[in-house]
Amino acid sequence: MTKISRRKMIKAGLAATAGVAGLGVAARIARGYGLIPPDHGGIYGLGETLTYGSQRLLTRHSLAREFPRSQISKPPFANEIEPPTDEFKRLQAGGFADWRLTVTGMVARPGSFSLDQLKSYPSHSQITMLQCEEGWSYIAEWVGVPLSHVLDAVGVLPQAKYVVYFSWEPDTWDSIDMGDALHPQTLLTYGMNGDELPVGHGGPLRMRVPRQLGYKNVKFITHLTVTDNLKRFGKGLGSVSPEYGYAWYAGI
Amino acid sequence: MGDSASLPVSVSAVSGTTAAPRHSALVRVTHWITTLCFFALLVTGGEIVISHPRFYWGETGNDLTRPLFKLPIPASRRLVPTGYAYVLRDQNGWSRYLHFQAAWIAVLTGLLYLIYGFISGHFRKNLFPAGTDLSWRAFSTKIASHLRFERPSDAEAWSYNVVQRLAYLIVIFVLFPLVIWTGLAMSPAFVSAFPATVNVLGGQQSARTLHFFVSLGLLLFVLVHVVMICIAGFRSRTRAMITGRAGTDKERA
Repeated sequence: MTKISRRKMIKAGLAATAGVAGLGVAARIARGYGLIPPDHGGIYGLGETLTYGSQRLLTRHSLAREFPRSQISKPPFANEIEPPTDEFKRLQAGGFADWRLTVTGMVARPGSFSLDQLKSYPSHSQITMLQCEEGWSYIAEWVGVPLSHVLDAVGVLPQAKYVVYFSWEPDTWDSIDMGDALHPQTLLTYGMNGDELPVGHGGPLRMRVPRQLGYKNVKFITHLTVTDNLKRFGKGLGSVSPEYGYAWYAGI
Repeated sequence: MGDSASLPVSVSAVSGTTAAPRHSALVRVTHWITTLCFFALLVTGGEIVISHPRFYWGETGNDLTRPLFKLPIPASRRLVPTGYAYVLRDQNGWSRYLHFQAAWIAVLTGLLYLIYGFISGHFRKNLFPAGTDLSWRAFSTKIASHLRFERPSDAEAWSYNVVQRLAYLIVIFVLFPLVIWTGLAMSPAFVSAFPATVNVLGGQQSARTLHFFVSLGLLLFVLVHVVMICIAGFRSRTRAMITGRAGTDKERA
């Protein structure tokens, strides 16, 4: 009896050791392939890592659905924004001529771009859906410069892993991995439905990441930083969202 | 093992101390993991719905479009026109985290159960109805007995009747796959890789509405399931699903 239980114990011990070692190896490989989200700690880390890791494997090159012009929502629903500050009103009165997008971090040529400069780059237009985590959605035509074009212009260093983007609104920033940053549908948007991007929708410049939910599409973009380590930003969770209890990855 | 309605089994023959457990260990463990996940998914799903208790059909829907229907409840977001003067607390952050984590555990548990069910013969022996049970007469007899809230015979502690079998099969092979599918069809990243999964449902908002109704179907199953367990003997049936021992005699005493 004792012999059997000892044998069983050894077997169980070996299985457990193999299991832990296997998980360790899997975690290392997953990290190497960029399949671990920055908010992987805590009690919901398992679900977040499974979601981000599996969706990254499935969606590396997939394109968000695009729609015919007839499906554009009229009028598009604009979520609440903070009341504009005096400084913002001054910029708006000047037609945002003084609006600047600065790019720093792991780039060869850090720079600053005016809206006119961004508009002089080849533009991309797409009719895609903006989906809020609350459950509502609308379809609009978005016009902007692919983020990849701006990143090319500043010369992203090969070790870069994430692009962090900051809003004019205080304490509003987010980040995406290079897969999303270089994705052809990820736009720095300045136009919407054949017009300038309205302030209510994040004008003059909004990040558009159509394969993720609305809250990743940060409004009033003023600054980008390219990095290989999100730990340096805020509480190190990749964006301000996890600090409020929301997931960093919002592809679901 | 036949079904009691058509082929009565001697209780003493199977309920001795040496008999195999009523439910195998894997069925018991996966049952309770799924129960926990379902409860987590139900609560968090409810919390997520509260942030926008309006439902639509097609691709898009928002406060400016006409809903298919709305739930007569307040919302956890100020802009939603609910008719209530107050706004509930926002619980979406942790609700979404927990919803997806519970979904992952439920799906992985379900996969394990499916593989086991096919390999061990669990589905064939315990869930797929015997040919004779599929007659209309056998079916209506069982339904009538359920409607009279009749306590099942002792033999039924050892085998599922035809109505139970069909209910479980519908949950396992229809409702669970549907709720997973309609859930994934709401994910913008998932549908970028598999656009057909949302297109055939009629759009992203249709997927959300269907997800809601399939979840209600699952909730209805759980409620009926618990009521039937209470009628059959809550303690003996729950003990069977925890320890594996059926033991109907003590319950009767």
